[in-house]
Amino acid sequence: MSVPQQRQRTASGTPGFLKRSQPRYGEQAVKVLLVAASLVSVLTTVGIVVALIPPTRDFFAEIGIGEFLTGTEWAALFNPPEFGVLPLVGATLLITLIALVVAVPLGLGAAVYLSEYASPRTRTVFKPVLEVLAGIPTVVYGFFALKAITPFLRDHWWFDEPPQIFNALSAGFVMGIMIIPTIASLSEDAMAAVPRALRDGAFALGSSRMQVSTRVVFPAALSGIVAAVVLGISRAIGETMIVAIAAGLRPNLSWNPLEGMQTMTAFIAAAGIGDVPVGSIGYKTIFAVGSLLFVLTLVMNLISIRLVRKYREVYE
Amino acid sequence: MGAPVVTQDAPALPPPRLKGRGTPLRERFFRLGLWASLAVGVVFLAGLLLYVVVEAWPRLDSRIWSNFPDIIDPTNAGAQSAIMGTLWVIAFTAVYCLPTGILAAIYLEEYADPDRWWNKVIEINIQNLAAVPSIVYGILGLGVISRGLGFGQTVLTASLTLSLLVLPIVIIASREAIRAVPQSIRQASLALGATQWQTIWRQVLPAAVPGMATGSILALSRAIGEAAPLLLLGGLTFITFNPTGIQSEFTVLPIQIFNWISQSRAEFVALASAAIVILLVILLAMNSLAIWLRNRYARRW
Repeated sequence: MSVPQQRQRTASGTPGFLKRSQPRYGEQAVKVLLVAASLVSVLTTVGIVVALIPPTRDFFAEIGIGEFLTGTEWAALFNPPEFGVLPLVGATLLITLIALVVAVPLGLGAAVYLSEYASPRTRTVFKPVLEVLAGIPTVVYGFFALKAITPFLRDHWWFDEPPQIFNALSAGFVMGIMIIPTIASLSEDAMAAVPRALRDGAFALGSSRMQVSTRVVFPAALSGIVAAVVLGISRAIGETMIVAIAAGLRPNLSWNPLEGMQTMTAFIAAAGIGDVPVGSIGYKTIFAVGSLLFVLTLVMNLISIRLVRKYREVYE
Repeated sequence: MGAPVVTQDAPALPPPRLKGRGTPLRERFFRLGLWASLAVGVVFLAGLLLYVVVEAWPRLDSRIWSNFPDIIDPTNAGAQSAIMGTLWVIAFTAVYCLPTGILAAIYLEEYADPDRWWNKVIEINIQNLAAVPSIVYGILGLGVISRGLGFGQTVLTASLTLSLLVLPIVIIASREAIRAVPQSIRQASLALGATQWQTIWRQVLPAAVPGMATGSILALSRAIGEAAPLLLLGGLTFITFNPTGIQSEFTVLPIQIFNWISQSRAEFVALASAAIVILLVILLAMNSLAIWLRNRYARRW
């Protein structure tokens, strides 16, 4: 295209030969467009913060931050209102804990199996199952928890007091199944990044496959595995539909998983459905609880991102 | 990796002990435990699908897609407005998030210098956004898009909110697709005198399209199943008409399902299950398309 022109210039010995013949405005315009598209993601974060801060500030102008963080009664949309967030935080933590008890062993077990034991054939069967589990809408998980798991538990309960219709146990269990794919696929990635030489070395020294898995691969992939678990915690804290459907909407500061309780996310959802008037204290609570939720998950996500970076640096 | 050569013609030596003591019991239990942890997921999935289909069976006929929601008469209620709403919202979500996500991915992979602090910020920001709870995007939609920009409870607000929600997924998937194109293709193109954008447009993008399409479809199927952020927009409860435009009010399948779950009468369980089957069929179709695209067009370099 522009080759003959360039030859001419070489012949005439123009000093600017190595520079481009004309400024490429099109190239610059494209670059501006691309940068603008990447800034959308930054603007999203800015938008979230902008959406959260003013109503949260107004909220804390009316309700003391101490009362919010240490109060044990939550009745934000009732009269007289109470704004102690501990019941919501407690419910979130309890359900997250139940989810982790289910998801961490099962997710890690699945990851070790897929990474260290499974034949390629087995992997092609099981990987899609995990993908499908990850793809099921959470409203469906909630439906299953409320209409299938809870009645099953209530019918087959062998202790004295059966679970209530809305309870933390079914919600937490189903949420645990929901985050198995998150934990399994991320930890499997971390284990796959462990160099083969480490495994071969251990096998050569006479280790069994179990010893290689638990004493070589697992510790070597630990930062990635912790990152996966932390991301799972973040998912569990932020999950809304399962808890809104199956754990109930009654704020309840209790460690009994058989009772119904309202999480932070379930409160936000319930207040959103209730269509509270803009500017009311009820409207501002959505944003105050949302800020708390955002900060909690942000901390978890940053820890997880850092840990993933760490194992990438070590092995890649 | 040669196997140890066993010499056959040395009868004088005692036979070498090549067999171990057999797999120890705890090794077997360990393996069984690992296998069982995968099996739990499989059994759960099978149980869930079976339960939903069995519950939905009596209601799984044309009523579900030809009738509108009816809170008084659940036996004749359907989910047409929710199905149409889902299609409208997802179509516009795709229009907003796919170009933005793909352009951002091109910038990050082809132009950005990863050592610059602003590119690091963009990178960490995207990774964090991918894990921000969906209900927080609902707060963004409520506070900024619906009320701040004044778009109201419309298809537009919903699709913008969902676009922002799945944007990180589109970006991450597209970046992987772009990264899979070997560097030598770019170098060859540049060496032949193509500009950077010509290289991207004529060499990199055509090779990356199957991967991007797969990732985009998976991102959109995540958006289809989302209920939490749209719940916050409010007022989506009893919509008995199809959307007529981008400014129209609407409902979507997950929201409609949630409403039916909240009803106590038994007919609504069947109705919710039937709507769930429709939702899962849509998702399954999209996922199959994604897998088919991946297998049909993916190139190995």
